[in-house]
Amino acid sequence: MARTPGDLTPIPAQTVGPFFGFALPYEGGPDLVDRSHPQAVRLHGTVYDGEGAPVPDALIEIWQPDGEGRIPAEPGSLHRDGHTFTGWGRAAVDAVGHYSFTTVEPGPTAAGAAPFILVTVFARGLMDRLFTRAYLPEHTDALAADPLLASVPEDRRHTLIAARDDDGGLRFDIRFQGQDETVFLSYPNTPQVTGPVD
Amino acid sequence: MAEKPTDPDAAAASQEEIDAEIAQIHRDYESRKATDGEETSARLNFPPYRSSLLRHPTKSLHHADPEEIELHSPAFGHQDVSPLEADLTIQHHGEPIGERIVVTGRVLDGDGRPVANQLIEMWQANAAGRYMHKRDQHPAPLDPNFTGVGRALTGPNGEYTFTTIKPAPYPWKNHHNAWRSAHLHFSMFGTDFTQRIVTQMYFPGDPIFDLDPIYQSITDPKARDRLVAEYDHSVSQHEWNTGYRWDIVLSGSNRTWSEQEEH
Ligand SMILES: [Fe+2]
Repeated sequence: MARTPGDLTPIPAQTVGPFFGFALPYEGGPDLVDRSHPQAVRLHGTVYDGEGAPVPDALIEIWQPDGEGRIPAEPGSLHRDGHTFTGWGRAAVDAVGHYSFTTVEPGPTAAGAAPFILVTVFARGLMDRLFTRAYLPEHTDALAADPLLASVPEDRRHTLIAARDDDGGLRFDIRFQGQDETVFLSYPNTPQVTGPVD
Repeated sequence: MAEKPTDPDAAAASQEEIDAEIAQIHRDYESRKATDGEETSARLNFPPYRSSLLRHPTKSLHHADPEEIELHSPAFGHQDVSPLEADLTIQHHGEPIGERIVVTGRVLDGDGRPVANQLIEMWQANAAGRYMHKRDQHPAPLDPNFTGVGRALTGPNGEYTFTTIKPAPYPWKNHHNAWRSAHLHFSMFGTDFTQRIVTQMYFPGDPIFDLDPIYQSITDPKARDRLVAEYDHSVSQHEWNTGYRWDIVLSGSNRTWSEQEEH
């Protein structure tokens, strides 16, 4: 039996499973800009499970404004033309759970807003995608005024803020469980079912 | 409670043990549904699906008021997706083996609005239940004429159509003699990024439904039904294919929510 007529309840999610690697990743997916772009920055990190082991079969998507805080509306994410910033990228993790994007740092979408990259996580074993935000670390005043960060307990706030590498890159690790469990987000109109939680 | 094995390939439990765990969770859900509310999606923490044990958040998701970027989605166009990519049976020189099917339907948001010109991706096992993926090593044949990956852009009314081969069930190592219900993997975008979803479409009457902890991680039977396509004879074509219809409803746009809050 399928959906009853007139029913507008959203469909449930299901895991991406183990076999997405031949289907979802694509050439150029992790490269929102070319490495030679003057503002190119690396956003990377490792996905960890509840025992601290790297997750080798996760898929990460990012979605972000451009450097001036504009929301991209141009197509072309799947066949990048080398010029257009589309704001969206997809990267599978490698055998040691590590993902890497080349992008630009997002600008604030409103005056005084704290810029962030929206990060979406998929994996075998993960029944529904998880959302989180990777905030830029240097915007201290904006971070202090950010309503989401202010609503997160102080000891968990750091999981939402990318770390600056010595080489200028942004590091954003993702932990499903454990002491530094990443803060994952829910939105008012977006049903997600956690099952039992602590 | 005894520690459950977390090695996804341990295949330690019997089907009967998995069935009993699923039944217990479903009973608990039914007994609390009236007070706790209806669950419309799959549970992240669902122990009968062993791989979820170390990969589900242990804390509640944190409420976020969506900001600008979360209220928009990336755009995709004809430079991204060729119309030919919606036919998985024409990607090689020969015809793939199996039952040719057409799967069609509409993508709507939770307010019933069509999601137009948006990317929809689909991937699957072949007619023998084998994926064209190096990690799938179970002893069933690959089909040199079938890759099992399709893409499409939805039409102006949210419509999509894939032509493909009906996939077979396949074994996995969640527990001893574990089999997945036959399914197509689907990935959708909405008009807000908060509507992003990856799921699986199933075929009506699959005998493995009750035994499949991934399908049963959706505790509510009405919600499970929403992932099952229906056979539609008007989609079948004379001497060519059988047809299935599956309408996809994404979650509601959070833009509506924001506007309501402001006014
Ligand atoms: Fe699958």
